[in-house]
Amino acid sequence: MGDLGYIAPEIILLIGALFIFCLDVAYDPGVGKKSGLSYMALSALFLTAALVAAVLQLNISDPEAGPKVAFSMMTIDNFGSFIKLTIFSGMILTTIAGGRYMNRRSGNQGEFWTFFLMVSLAMSIAVSANNLVLVYLAIEFLSITSYMLAGFLRENRRSNEAGLKYFLYGSIASAVMLYGISLLYGATGSLYLHEIAAAFTEIIGDSREISGLAFAGLPAMLLILAGLGFKASLAPFYQWAPDTYDGSPTPVATYLSTASKAAAFAVLARFFIVAMASFEVNWVPVLAAFSIITMSMGNLAALRQSSVKRMIAYSSVAQAGYILMGLVAVTSSSPSAMDGLNGVLLYLFAYLFTNVGAFLVVMALEETVDSTHISAYRGLIKRAPWLAVMFTIFLLSLTGIPLTGGFFGKFYVFGAAIQRQYFWLAGIGMINAGIAAFYYLRVVREMFFTHEGEGETLEVPMALQTSLLICTVATVWIGVYPSAVLDWVSTASVQLLSVVP
Amino acid sequence: MESLDSIVLTILLFWPLVSALLVILLGRSDSQIKKGSIWASLLPLGLSIYLLFAYDSAAGGMQFEQFAEWIPQLNAGYHIGVDGLSIPLLFLTALLSTLSLYYSAGVINERVKEYFFLMHLLEFSMLGVFLALDYVLFYVFWEISLVPMYFLIGIWGGENRGYAATKFFIYTLVGSVAMLLAILGVYFATGTFDIVEAAAAKPFAGNLTLASLAFWGFFLGFAFKVPSFPFHTWLPDAHTEAPTAGSVILAGVLLKLGAYGMLRIMLPSFPEASVYWATWLVGLGAIAIVYGAFVCVAQTDLKRLIAYSSVSHMGYVMLGIGAAAAVMTPEGLASAVNRFGLTPQAIQDSAAMALNGAALQMFNHGIITGALFFLVGIIYERAHTRDLSRFGGLATKTPHFYGLMLTAAFASLGLPGLAGFWAELFTFRGAFAIMPYWAAFGTIGIVITAVYILYRIIQNVFLGEYDPAKLTHWTTVQGEHADGPTDMVGFEKVTMWPLIAAMFLIGIYPTPLVSYFNKSAQELLAFVQNLI
Repeated sequence: MGDLGYIAPEIILLIGALFIFCLDVAYDPGVGKKSGLSYMALSALFLTAALVAAVLQLNISDPEAGPKVAFSMMTIDNFGSFIKLTIFSGMILTTIAGGRYMNRRSGNQGEFWTFFLMVSLAMSIAVSANNLVLVYLAIEFLSITSYMLAGFLRENRRSNEAGLKYFLYGSIASAVMLYGISLLYGATGSLYLHEIAAAFTEIIGDSREISGLAFAGLPAMLLILAGLGFKASLAPFYQWAPDTYDGSPTPVATYLSTASKAAAFAVLARFFIVAMASFEVNWVPVLAAFSIITMSMGNLAALRQSSVKRMIAYSSVAQAGYILMGLVAVTSSSPSAMDGLNGVLLYLFAYLFTNVGAFLVVMALEETVDSTHISAYRGLIKRAPWLAVMFTIFLLSLTGIPLTGGFFGKFYVFGAAIQRQYFWLAGIGMINAGIAAFYYLRVVREMFFTHEGEGETLEVPMALQTSLLICTVATVWIGVYPSAVLDWVSTASVQLLSVVP
Repeated sequence: MESLDSIVLTILLFWPLVSALLVILLGRSDSQIKKGSIWASLLPLGLSIYLLFAYDSAAGGMQFEQFAEWIPQLNAGYHIGVDGLSIPLLFLTALLSTLSLYYSAGVINERVKEYFFLMHLLEFSMLGVFLALDYVLFYVFWEISLVPMYFLIGIWGGENRGYAATKFFIYTLVGSVAMLLAILGVYFATGTFDIVEAAAAKPFAGNLTLASLAFWGFFLGFAFKVPSFPFHTWLPDAHTEAPTAGSVILAGVLLKLGAYGMLRIMLPSFPEASVYWATWLVGLGAIAIVYGAFVCVAQTDLKRLIAYSSVSHMGYVMLGIGAAAAVMTPEGLASAVNRFGLTPQAIQDSAAMALNGAALQMFNHGIITGALFFLVGIIYERAHTRDLSRFGGLATKTPHFYGLMLTAAFASLGLPGLAGFWAELFTFRGAFAIMPYWAAFGTIGIVITAVYILYRIIQNVFLGEYDPAKLTHWTTVQGEHADGPTDMVGFEKVTMWPLIAAMFLIGIYPTPLVSYFNKSAQELLAFVQNLI
């Protein structure tokens, strides 16, 4: 098997996408509701197979084994496998929950699920890529398929707007990133991350002084950060995010704000930690500034929203700021238990289940009362008690209250910041946690604090309930007993940090 | 009993959680939930009484300790234990929880299942804070205590409940996150999350800047909870809007968590910073005493008045803790000695006395203010207003109520023979030897306290001629129409009498209670002196 075996998850997804596509072409599209759901089931099946393949590649027992390289352009390491595990879990949950939602709104189910698998494939390639051209191609692939999915409801103007906005911003971001890549190639003569790193180490040496061609590294770094920051919806490149999340079909918004963000962070982490190791003193303050602006802007904007979907959209921008805080505090030398990279990975993992869950609640309300406005949530405890309770758990997790996964995520990134003695960064994070609590609680308030008991019981579809339950269990499990996840996380980050020269 | 002793704390801690789950899973009818909850809450109460007797005072230190692995990657474990400071507070928690459940069974008829679930959850989290000897565990319980209280205020509260609940949550959350950062700082300085081990490892010894940062991080967390002036503004709102049992637990136990944290964590872990900032603690405490008392005089809402009296009374706790903080290092002790020419031993004794006073005030305030909030609830159920100008002359109409209110109010005022007196005496006596000016300033508060207790509460509500025109819509506690104020009924008396009895008991013979606190106060002083 060799190299082909290493890229098994990608191969499975490719086969799956093509299979659904062919099936869709062979049969008359839009036959009826049944076929849509079977495409969904197929998609979930292939994603699960890919998940299993990724888990099998996760080498917990032997962290010393070192990464494997497939076709010289992809690094198969625990870091990538863990991110894939995270991404695929999110995609599966979204798929199961979103089947009915999409089936009701669009006739082109085969097309939708083909793209859905393609998106997964793109993310999977992106997180493993160790060559900047492949990174660029994977990100482009991810973007283009995402534009289509965001604008998938062709009759819906808001969906069209979402797709178009995403496309306009995204194409500029890609171009900018490509320019950054070309600068790096010019300066170092290579597109491989480790070769770039080696070239810079040679130029810069121990003196830590940037001279000659190394100067090209700084603008290149910023340009690539802009491109990837767009995908991760970091401020100031986040303006597309709320509109796109709000207008896209909810399953698409769900993965855009979770899985796609996790992929962007993985690429970001790999790029900065591996290729830009020599520039650590330069990128740390830059990322810190981005982190502060991102969380503050996201939180302040979220305060004013009256649509819950939009509020979660802004909140997920703010959450990206916290995750970035972990990246700022990565200690490439002597990794410790509370390393920043561990924080990033744990946060991403916990955040994925939490935010997927939050979006699924939004989806459930759209399915039943067809509204995302906060007033639709009024008295939810009376109409759908379990939905209200689960949403509360997700919101508490986003706030960072203990016994939820979000707490340990924050615990780790704050811990990493304190460890590096970035007290001001942690302090700003602290104030932001207070601001964020305000708007998360506003929804809880609507759901619980009213005595009006009107409205009938909501009938939430079974599949959606199942997904929600999995998200809840995962969120609480990480919050109560994070030990197992921490093992995965630390083997993943150790392997990435070990390749740093 | 050996086998029981090894797991008694775990049973004590997790039983309320089990009760909460049982309420959700098995609860069918309201009356069954109520009865079951009250019975279930007797087990933690019984176990906490067992601990009072089983604790070996002669040996002292942490006892009944338990340890289990939890997050080995971080060296954070499930480590719980009790000492002389936490045992009485555990008892207070269990007692007030049982009484609150019992009282609530009489007055709560809406969303009963959720209510009792949350009350059990609240007890679980509060017991957890007092039991935890691991920072992560401590923080987990500390934070989750916010959640049930938030819902209790928000769902069963008054008009403005959403605002009050959110304010309560966010204020305490911001404080908590500051504490979290300090906890992380301690972790990186000492490499452990164990509270006792970390204190012994002297975090930031010799680095006053970092120690002060951590000290203030913890202080913010605790000060919001206590609440210390100027972090107290959430308290009147939360209390005014909270349902009766919520107020009782909030004032009775939740506020104590902050003071407990100062004693358990701040003083032993950062002796140098404690000495350096002691004047601040004492000053904030003394200001709180006087300021809180003055604000009380101006209140027109009975419940808000009691709420502000908590600010004033928790000031005594801060005063005592601050005074003791000043002599946490030999240098601090030496400077206190030089100031007054007292012997080091006398200063040490004063510090212990201040600590005893603070701890005793925590316990007494729980009993007394708990009782006062119950009494406010009792009158509110009948009058549906707490406006002081609408009351008057109730003494003859509701003699039983009058008697109990009188006792509780006098205990709050510090009348000798009742519980409050000893705490004030110890605190001021201890603080006076160390920080005489601030202590003297604080005593102004005692006078003002007499003003609002005698004038605002006793005279305004009970004395004078009863005027039926002032308030016309009286009901009975069941909500039926009544022609005038009706006296307390059976379940209310049963709720009140244990607390009243405790006030007398502690007032007349405080020694057993003080001996628990004194043991841990001595240990704390010995611990820091050995540390340096």
